[in-house]
Amino acid sequence: MSVPENRTNGTPKIGVYICHCGINIANKVNIKETVDFAAKLPYVTVAKEYKFMCSDPGQELIQQDIRAGLIDRVVVASCSPLMHEATFRNATGEGGANPFMFQMANIREHVSWVTFDKDAATVKAKALIAAAVHRVSLHRPLEQTRVPVHPDVLVVGGGIAGIHASLTLANAGKKVYLVEREPTIGGHMAKFDKTFPTLDCSACILTPKMSAVRAHPNITLWTYSEVVGVEGFVGNFKVKVRRKPRYVDEDLCVGCLECIEACIFKKGKFPDEFNQGLSQRKPIYIPFPQATPLVAVIDPETCAHFKTGKCKKPCADACQPGAVKFDQTEEIKEVAVGSVILATGFKAFDAARVGRYGYGKYPNIYTSLEIERLVNAAGPTGGELKMADGRKPKSVGIVHCVGSRDNNTNAYCSRVCCMYSLKLAHLIKERTEAEVYNFYIDMRTPGKGYEEFYERLLKENVHFIRGRVAEINDWAMIDEEKGHLIIRVEDTLIGRVRRVPVDMVVLSVGLEAQPDADAVRRLFNISCSHEGWFLERHPKLAPVSTFTEGIFLAGACQGPKDIPDCVAQAGAAAAEALALIDKGSVELEPNTAFVNEEVCAGCHTCLNVCPYGAISYIKEINKARVNGALCKGCGTCVAACPSGALQQNLFTDEQIMNEIKGVMNHV
Amino acid sequence: MSDTAHKTDGFQPRIVAFFCNWCTYTAADLAGTARMTYAPNVRVVRVMCSGRLDPQFIMEAFRNGADGVLIGGCHPGDCHYQAGNYKALRRYILLKRVMKEMGIEEGRFRLEWIAASEGDKVQRVINEMTETIRKLGPLHLEPVNIPATAHVQVGTDKAAVAARGGVS
Repeated sequence: MSVPENRTNGTPKIGVYICHCGINIANKVNIKETVDFAAKLPYVTVAKEYKFMCSDPGQELIQQDIRAGLIDRVVVASCSPLMHEATFRNATGEGGANPFMFQMANIREHVSWVTFDKDAATVKAKALIAAAVHRVSLHRPLEQTRVPVHPDVLVVGGGIAGIHASLTLANAGKKVYLVEREPTIGGHMAKFDKTFPTLDCSACILTPKMSAVRAHPNITLWTYSEVVGVEGFVGNFKVKVRRKPRYVDEDLCVGCLECIEACIFKKGKFPDEFNQGLSQRKPIYIPFPQATPLVAVIDPETCAHFKTGKCKKPCADACQPGAVKFDQTEEIKEVAVGSVILATGFKAFDAARVGRYGYGKYPNIYTSLEIERLVNAAGPTGGELKMADGRKPKSVGIVHCVGSRDNNTNAYCSRVCCMYSLKLAHLIKERTEAEVYNFYIDMRTPGKGYEEFYERLLKENVHFIRGRVAEINDWAMIDEEKGHLIIRVEDTLIGRVRRVPVDMVVLSVGLEAQPDADAVRRLFNISCSHEGWFLERHPKLAPVSTFTEGIFLAGACQGPKDIPDCVAQAGAAAAEALALIDKGSVELEPNTAFVNEEVCAGCHTCLNVCPYGAISYIKEINKARVNGALCKGCGTCVAACPSGALQQNLFTDEQIMNEIKGVMNHV
Repeated sequence: MSDTAHKTDGFQPRIVAFFCNWCTYTAADLAGTARMTYAPNVRVVRVMCSGRLDPQFIMEAFRNGADGVLIGGCHPGDCHYQAGNYKALRRYILLKRVMKEMGIEEGRFRLEWIAASEGDKVQRVINEMTETIRKLGPLHLEPVNIPATAHVQVGTDKAAVAARGGVS
């Protein structure tokens, strides 16, 4: 048995504590054998087992042994350090030792939960414990540096989640920068007609909050803007925001619409994004009457002035305050914030991707989002649901799970479609008295009042057919089918294939991650799940945190969710940001690099590899020096240093070397 | 679950894995949480970034009897520290050449980009690598003569090279 070298701390006294984690570890790993093994490892003076090391009595075990002078450093073999490292460092510190005289062996996530054979699991657990013991024998006391937290917060995305988070923070007296890339805030919720299951008017409950954002003295609202750069770390981010030119001065525009009236295009000519392209807008427009800010915007892609340079610019003449400014250019704003809330939302599934449902091929097939606009009193038809030929539909089929629960598109359930399909069924029946058929795989209605709403729809004589729709076309086989869309489906309740002729089809499209979610996540240095949703730190216990400290998630950017869940999550994200601000400072992981000047030859290698410019060359003494405030602790310079002069706290060469020896040499 | 994960008889390779804290270590945790059973042959050493990996660590693992070494880092463009994984890649390519010179078969040394959400990839890569090395058998290193002109710091320690030969 090799004995780890120890040059820094005298003779170490190591306590090893092996956790059963109830039966999570004990079921696979032979705890007794492991404790006996640990007791024989070099420098180990105490080896104990306990049912739950993370519990108070478990932590007390460690503290007692430190106080009794039995140990001066600690190994806990339990779960992942990403789970409980902080807990046990804290316990080590409370016991009176330096918190960094601690190392964790991950024998749950990396052993008991992934290993089939009990003996193999025990062998692997022993190896990891030996590695931790070897490593901790070379640990040195470290001090954490504290840095102040900037009290301002950046919120990205002005949908309901971003709005709610911004207002919560602003009401608590914090300064918020709310960045939205569209010309107005409101997000998807602004497009909805009613919300389930209460059927309250979406705009009526949303627009007061939008106005509150606009009016709040603590909120700086930047619409038509995008975050283009993020630097720094928790408490101290520097963010660059690009404000796209809207060619209308926000401070001067009063939202009077005169410019839009005056435009050389007498009628709308270009697809109106807010109405899902179901109506046309002019090149100068305001997305919808309650847009916030209520400021016109000129789309340079369609504006005659920008396209040809020959327009007489009547819009500018019509504007009394002189707000139309064709010479506006983009502006880059730089702000310092301490925390960030990402609320960038979702994108509705593109129904054309399921070709057999005929979207884009037949005129009377709509997506659910289009229907939201068509039944909306402020929508392109004033709330009248009409077919392409102007008739009222007599029968409407609502097809669930388009782009959800489908291995060809998205395997996951989008969570909101069953409920909004029920809502649309109710609204369509109310507006048109048509027969409404819901084609569903399973009805998923968990939520307060949701199942009751489903019950209500059943009583409203809406038809429910259980089965995934195979195909939608207009190939009539009998006279009754002529002139109709035919929905082919296997009705799994009666066990027969059916052909249901309808006048109109609604495709209940699922929710997808934003197409640029990947770019956004890279900008903010966070992770995505493979579907593109932003990854939370822990699915249950840290659902709004990310692996990057100081960056929080709210709303559907983290996964499909309905409005109540978005709002709840936005409140939670705001609370996390508030906790960070009110704490006033953060402790940084003391894993920075440092230079042993006696060894450094001044070769400059490290200067070139550091991504943060944290290393400088001191000419007078011909040595490199690390600025601890800038160093993030990646250790790249340490690996690059040819002389071994650079070392990384918590990850010194000899600590890692010893860990390798430990992991290999004892079993 | 694959056979590799269940195999308890015969040669059990020992593989040292260096996983970066932010992507691959997290992915391995996720594999655990999702109870994805895989071969018990890999022991993970956590580093903050794959860019921290000094070629000496890989050599040290082989010197101490590892039959394989696996490096796991964030996908290109995803590095928590901007570009540490690119540095790891460069060192890996260089090291592979050194390994070849030393008679270490290609399948014993592997670099994989595994994102925090790819628990299934951890499972797959570990099973694959275990299976590959099982076929290759234990690593026996013959002492090699490194030309005096080779500017490779690692591997010049003759005692260390001799020690490698004795390990199985």
